[in-house]
Amino acid sequence: MAQSFDFEVNGKRVSVAPASDDTPLLDILRNTLGLMGTRFGCGLEQCGSCTVLIDGRPEKSCAKPIWSVTGRTITTIEGLGTKEKPHPLQQAFIDGQAGQCGYCLSGIIVSAKALLETNPAPTRAEIAAALDGNICRCGSHNRILRAIEKAAAAMRAGTGR
Amino acid sequence: MNAPLPGPLKDNPRLDRWLAFPAPGKVTVLTGRVELGQGVLTAMAQIAADELDVSLARIAVHSGDTAATPNEGYTAGSQSMQSGGVALRQACADIRALFIAAAAKRLGCGANELSVRDGALLRNGAPTGEDYWTLTPHVSLAVEATGAGTSKPVCDLAAVGSNTPRLDLPDKIFGAPTFIHDMRLSGMRHARVVRQPSANASIGTIDEAAISRAAKAPVELVRNGNFLAVVGDDETAVDRAAVAALSAVRWNNVEQPAASQQEASWLLQRPMLDIAFGAPETPRSQSMERFEATYSRGYLAHASLSPSCGLAHFEGGHLTVWTHCQGVFPLRGALARTLKLAPEAITVIHVQGSGCYGHNGADDAAADAAIIAMARPGTPVRVRWRREEEFVYEPKTTAAIVKIRAQVDADGKPSDWTAEIWSGTHNGRPGSGANLLGAYALPDHPPDPPPHDVPEANGGGATRNAEPLYDIPQKRILQHLVTEMPVRVSSLRGLGAMPNIFALECAIDELAARAGRDPVDYRLSITSDPRARAVIEKTAAMANWDAKAPGGTGIGRGIAFARYKNKAAYSAVIVELEVADEIRLRHIWSATDAGLVINPDGAINQIEGGIIQSASWVIKEQVRFDNGVASFDWETYPVLKFSEVPEIDIELINTRDPVPLGVGEVTAGPTAAAIGNAVSHALGARIRDLPLTRERIMAALLGD
Repeated sequence: MAQSFDFEVNGKRVSVAPASDDTPLLDILRNTLGLMGTRFGCGLEQCGSCTVLIDGRPEKSCAKPIWSVTGRTITTIEGLGTKEKPHPLQQAFIDGQAGQCGYCLSGIIVSAKALLETNPAPTRAEIAAALDGNICRCGSHNRILRAIEKAAAAMRAGTGR
Repeated sequence: MNAPLPGPLKDNPRLDRWLAFPAPGKVTVLTGRVELGQGVLTAMAQIAADELDVSLARIAVHSGDTAATPNEGYTAGSQSMQSGGVALRQACADIRALFIAAAAKRLGCGANELSVRDGALLRNGAPTGEDYWTLTPHVSLAVEATGAGTSKPVCDLAAVGSNTPRLDLPDKIFGAPTFIHDMRLSGMRHARVVRQPSANASIGTIDEAAISRAAKAPVELVRNGNFLAVVGDDETAVDRAAVAALSAVRWNNVEQPAASQQEASWLLQRPMLDIAFGAPETPRSQSMERFEATYSRGYLAHASLSPSCGLAHFEGGHLTVWTHCQGVFPLRGALARTLKLAPEAITVIHVQGSGCYGHNGADDAAADAAIIAMARPGTPVRVRWRREEEFVYEPKTTAAIVKIRAQVDADGKPSDWTAEIWSGTHNGRPGSGANLLGAYALPDHPPDPPPHDVPEANGGGATRNAEPLYDIPQKRILQHLVTEMPVRVSSLRGLGAMPNIFALECAIDELAARAGRDPVDYRLSITSDPRARAVIEKTAAMANWDAKAPGGTGIGRGIAFARYKNKAAYSAVIVELEVADEIRLRHIWSATDAGLVINPDGAINQIEGGIIQSASWVIKEQVRFDNGVASFDWETYPVLKFSEVPEIDIELINTRDPVPLGVGEVTAGPTAAAIGNAVSHALGARIRDLPLTRERIMAALLGD
């Protein structure tokens, strides 16, 4: 009988019982819970495509064993906003057309959300440093940095959500 | 007399392969070009909106489907707008003309009295009650294009030239399941391939118990010859089993690339095909000064962010394959060849993956899924490569050596130019007859094609941009196509343009220095093409280029220029950087003339992406060999990070020229050379080998 693990994802309590307790959180999100927004990039905690918030902190989910998130609160890209009610970061990324293939964006937007919660007025260099664990291969870096600056400004002005 | 049809329309003349009116108020554009993150689908919708006079909101785009869309070969070579977009424009113009003719007949009026506004037919500006959708029963699109429709003059284009937001981007920003990796079919099973380490390797022993133990959930092995895969319902278990199989399966006859084969210099003494282009070699003139220098670049990886993925389903004798590759029709042909099926028994459908930048593992992952699906009829199969698998097994871009020889006249200008190139092929694509990776493991796989490179008519492969656009009386290329390579090699963004423009534009800077001339002035003095002059002058103005900036201070500026393939877009790039023991990019400027720009913001995004990727290649990237491919993850193959990307300013000029020229690859070469020239300016010493590593910088500083 597989052991079950309880935690919270995007405000909902979930309970899962994978075949083994070291199943990566990313596999649970994508294959068990059907949350495809968090992307698989490397499985090695190197590229940041799979970044989620665990108790508000940005963490890579691709090698994070499921047992280690028991009782914790997880936020994925799906938990930020919707097309109808976008998070200010998502709105800024759309306004700035910040992306090319877009495969990196989930992890980057989630990382940026964590940054803005601890540092609501980051410099360009601080944003870049916060994203050094996220790889963008298409070369959308500067658009992404500008979008995060704009989102930060909107959030400080209270025009965001 | 109608104009000749654009190539893709001539190849796919049936108009119903290009457009459909599926429901009232709706238009579907069909295109053989696929979304690789470059915004092509949005650009196609813009083109159709203008030519049909319908609003963008009515248009959906269906792309890359062998059962529905035109066969446009590959989405590659910066050809999507230049070739595919122009074909779609003509198809839409023809279709609009057919509808106007049908409306004129029904309304009993002249075609010249009719116009279209958002799909509705107007007669002398007044509503007629007819629109594309009421007329659909009276207009058959199952007819061939004639070129009778007149596409709009540039001054009447409204959607084209606008910064239409990307149609595909919101799904990616909100985390919707958009990528092929996110596809789940009913009854689908996950699979990983236990990769044959090299083409002739054969399976020795398999420790099935070890593989099962590692999986921790049920998995099964599927084998056909030396093709071995792990299949199961639980992806995590399948992944674990695949990792265990790396040591649980023993292979015989394994050949691995050796460390000695890693550098471009290894190419010099290999079996090769020699091909010469251009003016015959002139005897060395005693009166002329002679310049000679050799430049090189190592192997590069595409390093797409997502490892490749493919899905396949074989049922009732028909194989359906989902892939993120660049050409669904060429892949269908290669699958037919490999699996011994008729092409008609295969449907290949494109689904987006991460940016690919050329021929990565996408085709091979699709073939893997197809091979497994054929062994399990009725069961949909999804293969996703592991990260390390992508790095090790994706086709690399070849290393290259480019030797420049020039004779220099009394004014210090080159009068005779030779580019001698040693390189593997840039065309290992399945559409050129090359085998899909998995095929080598199957019994009785198809033979490899004879050695070849990309034809000159398509811009050449190793020779691409080797010929200077400058005013040089005698020019020639001597190509040595190395026929046996240590790893599979194929197309990466720009093909040979990157090493060739690096060599050519560094050599031009070296000649300018010999002549005591400023690099910008020197280039202008040997450039008569006005569009080339315009991008050089514009970029210099953007960067406040200062002819008198001193060199050797640790801070440097460099310029480079190219017209991609000598027949597409023009671009100049200026780089400012500082060099201590490593290179720190400070600012990059570029002016590009891509002719008619469909979506300026999209074009700028592509140009900027090309600059950043090229900067990454030049500063950081080389695939290492050490009894195997030793660059197998992001730590052993680092790329440019956010904190290393400089400010970049881009301007587009001449954007309302009637002819669009693709921009995806235009900055790859000039960026590489501008960085090389800036490093030389900063150091007061020249580095001619890429990448510009710390070791090479230290060696240059020590005067080695």
